[in-house]
Amino acid sequence: MYESPIKEFFRSSLKNFNFMIGAIMFFSILVLAVFADQIAPYEYDAGNPAAKLMEPCKEHLFGTDEMGRDLFSRIVYGARITLKVALIGGSIQLVLGVVVGLFCGYFGGIVDKAMLFLADLTWCVPGMVMALAVVTVIGTNLTNAIIAIALVNWASMARTVRAKTMSLKNMAFIETGVAFGESDLSLMFRYILPNIVPALIVMVSMALPSTIMSTTTLSFLGVGSQPPSPDWGLMVSDGIQYITKAPWLAIYPGLALVYTVLSFTILGEGLRDLLDPRMKSQG
Amino acid sequence: MNDELLRLENVFINYRVRGGYLNAVKDVSFSVNRGEIFAVVGESGCGKSTVAHSIMRLLDKNAVVLGNIKYNGKNLMELSNKQITGIRGHDIGMIFQNPLDSLNPVYTTGAQVNEAIRLDGINKLDGWKKVIELYRSVKMPDAEKRVHAYPHEMSGGMRQRVMISMMLSRNPSLLIADEPTTALDVTIEAQILEIISQLKVEFGTAVMLITHNFGLVAEVADRVAIMYAGELVEQGDVFEIFREPKHPYTRLLMKALPRGTKHEGRLQTIDGTVPRLMAIQPSCRFANRCPLAREICHNQDPAVRALSATHTYRCHFAEEEEV
Repeated sequence: MYESPIKEFFRSSLKNFNFMIGAIMFFSILVLAVFADQIAPYEYDAGNPAAKLMEPCKEHLFGTDEMGRDLFSRIVYGARITLKVALIGGSIQLVLGVVVGLFCGYFGGIVDKAMLFLADLTWCVPGMVMALAVVTVIGTNLTNAIIAIALVNWASMARTVRAKTMSLKNMAFIETGVAFGESDLSLMFRYILPNIVPALIVMVSMALPSTIMSTTTLSFLGVGSQPPSPDWGLMVSDGIQYITKAPWLAIYPGLALVYTVLSFTILGEGLRDLLDPRMKSQG
Repeated sequence: MNDELLRLENVFINYRVRGGYLNAVKDVSFSVNRGEIFAVVGESGCGKSTVAHSIMRLLDKNAVVLGNIKYNGKNLMELSNKQITGIRGHDIGMIFQNPLDSLNPVYTTGAQVNEAIRLDGINKLDGWKKVIELYRSVKMPDAEKRVHAYPHEMSGGMRQRVMISMMLSRNPSLLIADEPTTALDVTIEAQILEIISQLKVEFGTAVMLITHNFGLVAEVADRVAIMYAGELVEQGDVFEIFREPKHPYTRLLMKALPRGTKHEGRLQTIDGTVPRLMAIQPSCRFANRCPLAREICHNQDPAVRALSATHTYRCHFAEEEEV
């Protein structure tokens, strides 16, 4: 008689073209990352001096690089790194954004003003420049690159959460909760938060492509992952030197990156359509 | 009386606004006894909701409350935030004007009521049984299935029933109902009123019923207070008030009641508008609309006079003439 929103979601998701394509693409990357050991024919750092810069062939599907490492294997292992970037980077932004946004929106006042000022400040500096500065200070490696990008990007998430919280705070059901003896924390996390989850899901899936791109850019610039890591950004950067002799070195990791970012973008678009109540009637 | 549950003593409530203070409630005193239905009647903006919210300490930050609000002998104004949170819901429940968005849209209504029950340390399974019981006691049709319904799947009347059962779940001794039927149609209104008037029989709950509908008061209330422009102009036993209204405002309100029997033609109305509540000089607040007003009404605050032990009013001349 009464359908839960979760069931309804799955039912309508089957009809959503974007969501299904995005989900399938994302799932394929997930499979690559999880079963990298089984799928990749070689180790990602196993060089073969006899097979340097080989063109794509039967033994080496995507060819080999200047140290004779199998490019296909490296790309497969690289999926792990990319997903790690998405997972950690996304989580940091999500947690920071939700906590700061909820507290600022709910309590308002001087803390809210200060955080807002800080958020505005991070928007005044070009994101990549600031991320470069942060990484230079805290040290160049992948984890630090992820942290730097998250520190640049969390503000927009916090702003949206804050705005949603402020409008929800004045809804009658919050007053019911207060009249009922619920504490501030409970009101924030059990009354307001569940109501912004759909918006959060969309925000995260939309933020992931830019997180991946930015982190990859840092690796490309040499302040993210360090060799011999099979980071796609790093591989493109290495491949650039051989772009005339062995263009596949830069092209395949680039394509892998395009595929991943595209999957998140399409998935995000699909989710936005699915979770937007105004779109429902048209579904 | 020792069965007194709630007592307001000389309560003043001012809102800090741009350009000074707005005196929303002036010198209001009344008490609510255990197990009775006490109605507060007044037109829009007369301060009745402000009084109700002040009891629960739910007013906005710009409100300044003076005076004493005592519940069971405890002064609610002096409690810490933690203590008042313990009082809310547990001792005093409140239902609001608009049931349409008083429930959290993301949980089933049953889960929300169950949530409330579990605040008192009852486990989840027993909680569900109690939810169904409560739904039955508020005459929810199809109670077993409705516990799994989301708020948007229910009508306004059903949602108000959910609200009532939610507030009942913790057995408060006082329920503040802030215009519980304003957003509902007349048939549902009658059902909700019946539920409210049964509360005192079944659960011994005292109800403070806030409304602008005089007819509704006659049906359910034991005692009634009439508010005008922030002042409590008259209060007393519901029979006393209806038999012998003293304050000119009350009398005019009675005349403005639609009656099915006689008087064809137009309803009587009260001319004029409510005064602005800023920088008010000592005067009767009803003076500008009162047919009995004389000079003293414009210059001097009328004192509270008692007609009987229970019946009081605030007017200079009430006894003298018919309106």
